[in-house]
Amino acid sequence: MRVYLLLIWTWTRAAARYPASFTLMTIGGCVAAGLDVAVIWIIFHNTTTLGGFDLPEVMFLYGSAGLSFSVADLLFGNADRISQHIKAGTFDGMLIRPVGTFVQVAADRFTPHRAGRALQAAVVLAVALARLDVPATRAWMIPVMVVSGIVISTSIWALGGAAQFLLTDAPEVANAFTYGGATLTQYPLSVYGADLVRGVTYVLPLAFVNWQPGLFVLDRDDPLGLPYWLRFLSPAAAAALALVAVYAWRSGVRRYRSTGS
Amino acid sequence: MIDADRIGRSFRVRGRAVHAVRDLSFHVGAGEFVGCLGPNGAGKSTTIKMLTGILAPTSGRVTVAGLDPSRRRTAVAREIGVVFGQRTTLWWDLPLRDSFQLVRLLYKVDRVRFRERLDEMTDRLGLGDFLGTPVRQLSLGQRMRGDITAALLHDPSVLVLDEPTIGLDIVSKSEVRAFLRELNTERGTTVLLTTHDLGDIERLCRRVMLIDHGRLAFDGTVEELRATVPGEASIEDVVAHLYLRSPAPRTPPPRPGEDPPIATA
Ligand SMILES: Nc1ncnc2c1ncn2[C@@H]1O[C@H](COP(=O)(O)OP(=O)(O)OP(=O)(O)O)[C@@H](O)[C@H]1O
Ligand SMILES: [Mg+2]
Repeated sequence: MRVYLLLIWTWTRAAARYPASFTLMTIGGCVAAGLDVAVIWIIFHNTTTLGGFDLPEVMFLYGSAGLSFSVADLLFGNADRISQHIKAGTFDGMLIRPVGTFVQVAADRFTPHRAGRALQAAVVLAVALARLDVPATRAWMIPVMVVSGIVISTSIWALGGAAQFLLTDAPEVANAFTYGGATLTQYPLSVYGADLVRGVTYVLPLAFVNWQPGLFVLDRDDPLGLPYWLRFLSPAAAAALALVAVYAWRSGVRRYRSTGS
Repeated sequence: MIDADRIGRSFRVRGRAVHAVRDLSFHVGAGEFVGCLGPNGAGKSTTIKMLTGILAPTSGRVTVAGLDPSRRRTAVAREIGVVFGQRTTLWWDLPLRDSFQLVRLLYKVDRVRFRERLDEMTDRLGLGDFLGTPVRQLSLGQRMRGDITAALLHDPSVLVLDEPTIGLDIVSKSEVRAFLRELNTERGTTVLLTTHDLGDIERLCRRVMLIDHGRLAFDGTVEELRATVPGEASIEDVVAHLYLRSPAPRTPPPRPGEDPPIATA
């Protein structure tokens, strides 16, 4: 972890050497994030409740899920570049270093421009909490659910990355490669699937991790009537998924076959 | 230092197995300087990748400094420096200096030792003029010096180089060679390199291994290699001769001692 932080710091400094593009990207990120909030605001201007939840409650759910997702995306989102590293052969260079490959891929060419989204989510969450007045007996769940969400998003990216190792082995991929076929068919998941994976990453924590503990924090009944204890399951779910992800990533790396030159 | 025990590696290509390396055994002792020859596609790079933990062998076992690279990859990485002549392990977008900083972080080299080592290497390899240049803008020779420096910043006990002199001009080549020789004699670093340049072999290596069709076809000193062909043949002729009479991929491996031209050190 320390190495990871030092690595992203070095990349940030390197990126800051081109101040124009650095500022533009950061501003761009903030503007996009601001628009998101505006959309919520507009929806609520016309309706006062959404599925039985009022504005601060929805902001709470949105903010905590958004924070989990965007922090994971900021820190580890680069992991979905693994297929580029496999293709370009730069993954060889990572394997000769005494640091985990996931950390290296995640830190590679890190830029903090995605921090805007995390900041925005944090602001939404803070505003919601200020209005909700959650007692400490329930508020302890908030950091737990955010951290669990980060772990789950990261695990899903790691799983997606691990799949890339297998996909480079898949027969149709090998064919496209050897017959010089269209590059699009070469790495299907990386080309078409990235958005899908991101979608799942967003939905899954929201549905299973953010939603259930969120109900606990808000002290609400489950509209779907699921058992009460599900609300405390998110850390266990996160830990289990993380274990699966670590295992998948390792076996992916073991299957890595480098390039033929 | 390096122990390969009947290592093999095959790849599945369109449903068929390609045996890049088969049944390769050798030992490299501490402080040795070994050159590895072999025709294109012989399996040299694949062997290097198995030593460095990039590829896991599909059969056999290899250890570097007593550690198995496919199981203890990060521990091996601390012991070994790796240079790929064909492809840089530095970061395209970063100036050489920043690339070295990243290497420092990855190997956890302390600041003072790093400075000393970098200053020394800058001096020896003449990096001073292009430390601030992004790697993508470096010439091949400059980049190679950068890669060699990066591989040595953590002061490894073994240095493995895959075609380190490829594409270098005569002057660069002899500078790189002089540097590697000094590294081996002064610091006692074990060096294993692959090359197609017989000048590297003649000027640097006390021992030569010849890999062919993924097998060890010769292992011995340069003199012994020359002696495999009677008469006053040049080293080029000897190697060409060995490449040409190389066995077809499917013949059984020649056993040491049975085949007269094969000498073992
Ligand atoms: N990732 C891979 N997938 C499929 N086949 C491979 C792969 N890597 C190597 N090979 C095959 O293994 C064989 C050995 O390749 P290798 O790169 O080790 O040869 P080499 O001795 O380094 O050759 P050269 O002198 O041309 O660099 C070749 O037939 C090559 O096609
Ligand atoms: Mg090669």
